[in-house]
Amino acid sequence: MMREMTGAEMVMQALIDQGVEHMFGYPGGAVLPIYDAMFHQNQVRHVLVRHEQGAVHMAEGYARSSGKVGVVLVTSGPGATNAVTGLTDALLDSIPLVCITGQVPTHLIGTDAFQECDTVGITRPCTKHNYLVRDINDLARVLHEAFYVAQNGRPGPVVVDIPKDIQFARGMYVGPENIQHKTYQPRLKGDPEKIRQAVELLAKAKRPVFYTGGGVINSGPEASRLLRELARLTGHPVTSTLMGLGAYPAADKQWLGMLGMHGTYEANMAMHDCDVMVCVGARFDDRITGRVDAFSPHSKKIHIDIDPSSINKNVKVDLPIIGDVKHVLEDMLTLWRAMKIEPDRRAIADWWVQIDKWRARKSLAFTPSDRIIKPQQAIKALYDQVKDKDVYITTEVGQHQMWAAQHFHFEQPNRWMTSGGLGTMGYGLPAAIGVQVAHPGSLVIDIAGEASIQMCLQELSTALQFNLPVKIFVLNNEYMGMVRQWQDLLHGGRYSHSYSESLPDFVKLAEAYGAVGLRCANPADLDATIAEMINVDRPVLFDCLVDKTENVLPMIPSGKPHNEMIMPDHPEALDEAISEEGKMLV
Amino acid sequence: MPPIQEPAERHTLSLLVDNEPGVLARIVGLFSGRGYNIDSLTVSEVSHDSRRSRITVVTTGAPMIIEQIKSQLDRLVPVHRVVDLTVIGKAVERELALIKVRGKGEIRQEALLIADSFRARTVDTTLESFVFEITGKPDKIDQFVSLLEPLGLVEVSRTGVAAIGRGPDAM
Repeated sequence: MMREMTGAEMVMQALIDQGVEHMFGYPGGAVLPIYDAMFHQNQVRHVLVRHEQGAVHMAEGYARSSGKVGVVLVTSGPGATNAVTGLTDALLDSIPLVCITGQVPTHLIGTDAFQECDTVGITRPCTKHNYLVRDINDLARVLHEAFYVAQNGRPGPVVVDIPKDIQFARGMYVGPENIQHKTYQPRLKGDPEKIRQAVELLAKAKRPVFYTGGGVINSGPEASRLLRELARLTGHPVTSTLMGLGAYPAADKQWLGMLGMHGTYEANMAMHDCDVMVCVGARFDDRITGRVDAFSPHSKKIHIDIDPSSINKNVKVDLPIIGDVKHVLEDMLTLWRAMKIEPDRRAIADWWVQIDKWRARKSLAFTPSDRIIKPQQAIKALYDQVKDKDVYITTEVGQHQMWAAQHFHFEQPNRWMTSGGLGTMGYGLPAAIGVQVAHPGSLVIDIAGEASIQMCLQELSTALQFNLPVKIFVLNNEYMGMVRQWQDLLHGGRYSHSYSESLPDFVKLAEAYGAVGLRCANPADLDATIAEMINVDRPVLFDCLVDKTENVLPMIPSGKPHNEMIMPDHPEALDEAISEEGKMLV
Repeated sequence: MPPIQEPAERHTLSLLVDNEPGVLARIVGLFSGRGYNIDSLTVSEVSHDSRRSRITVVTTGAPMIIEQIKSQLDRLVPVHRVVDLTVIGKAVERELALIKVRGKGEIRQEALLIADSFRARTVDTTLESFVFEITGKPDKIDQFVSLLEPLGLVEVSRTGVAAIGRGPDAM
């Protein structure tokens, strides 16, 4: 399709042609023409945010829960710089976004004009790719290319910076048909010979483990289905990173729970003692490996990843397979069946006996109290009431995030949205709003802390304006709990600025926004108050007052290997857990 | 805690990239942002029609880091090809340098003799100075410069390494 139109009209037409239904944004001088073009159409619905960081996190929540590309529109200068945290978050967690930024007119670029900043310069290291459009005849192609780059290969955020004069200029619009990047063609199918070697390794494994990550989610629901099939066929145990929760059902008997710094004992011990490790769409992050030179010392490591730069980055692997998780798992399954493989059932049975011994340590155990709400108890109570509902969970960052990952269990992919790589406090509420936009009829809950929630709380106003009945479940311990926990670990319990002083009255604050405020401090009232939260069809801020001293356990102290976990039955070991070397780590 | 320590190696990488604004910043930013070394960097357009530039980067790092550098470069959207000339065999590496020497009397004679033995050309002369032009491998230029040092070396301008694989095939 070729048609003459203005740059601003091209932006809206390109979004429509890309199938965009929702976008998140905030107007300003350098994007007014686009907002005007938006005014003349009703196919793309715009959600007006209160801060540009919120817009990007909303688009992330939208993208992660729906599998679509999230779209953001912000103005030049501060609009763009406010978006930087969200873009970096999306880059680290591989979330497909297209972020359109306004720019001062081309003749003013470089003059320190009002609300000018070097957007492509600033966002170069925090995007998968970015563009500054200087010619109206490039605009349509660049917009379609941006969608292609954002969602192909390892997904990520793409910025398109459009000067205001280009928005007014007239040119020929071209449709998205056949627009592919001329050279960016990521490899989807894995090398058949390597896949054959992987299947042979798996067939002979005596102590195997599947270590899965966000790449399984990003590869689409089919990848999760294939993972389940392969696990069932092989009988091998499955663990996952924080980002991959939900790809494998938590209710399944082959599920070991999350691994890593606050993962389960059985998952980490299985990783440490395994003889064959299959890493599926994960990246050997430092939260996962612990001490690298003592990481899983006896295993052959297979690594499936679409991004070649993930291979051998932190940990040397024996068998890298570059490709999309879905395609590689499909080929592995086909080959496993064709080769009529009989795994070493006796060895695998012995392996499960060992795993069950580790499980019996009950590493997620906690002691509920009838006097004070334990944060783990709060998550468990929430989970028990909503697990059979159509529910999506987002989180902020900190202790509450880890408790949510440990005690809320996911059976399906795309149900769990959390800031894993960047660890962005303030992510959860806007992400929940984005999820609710994509799934209007579903129950969307942001599990939060009283410190994190204040970082993007203004978006509550967005939730009210667009009738998005998100629930904010605040575990209020009056501390930046994870900071406090590390000060306990490393700094002799000197709580330097980690207490939440001068907290607002969250109930009144919610009411001031027009939302519903609830509070609970008594374990006996917890279930009823949670029920009240769920049953209100409006945004709710639930101030749940919990034990102020609880630490997240189990824990692999920084600088330690997987088999040196601190367990909840011996928390005192935390005091001497971290070596001088470990203190340098984060 | 760094992973297994392996000795650093010097590698010469050739990149074919889209000649678009910001492509060099993207590559340099990748090296600085991830803490990789750049020993030498040259860039110039090689095909006007297809708007391609060729970049030659000389870098040092442990083998695992060199692998990372190549994969990280390769996943940049405007990068078409990354070739490790050090891995594919002995590539031709050349660098050009302009070197200014100041002095009078015997020293001038000495400088001219050295320049001659290195096949450097004299491209500028005054009564008290020379500018020499020399082309060669980087270590040859290093050696030339160090010999001129005591003879009144004023300044050096080097282009950085340009490299190309031997034999009939393109990168």
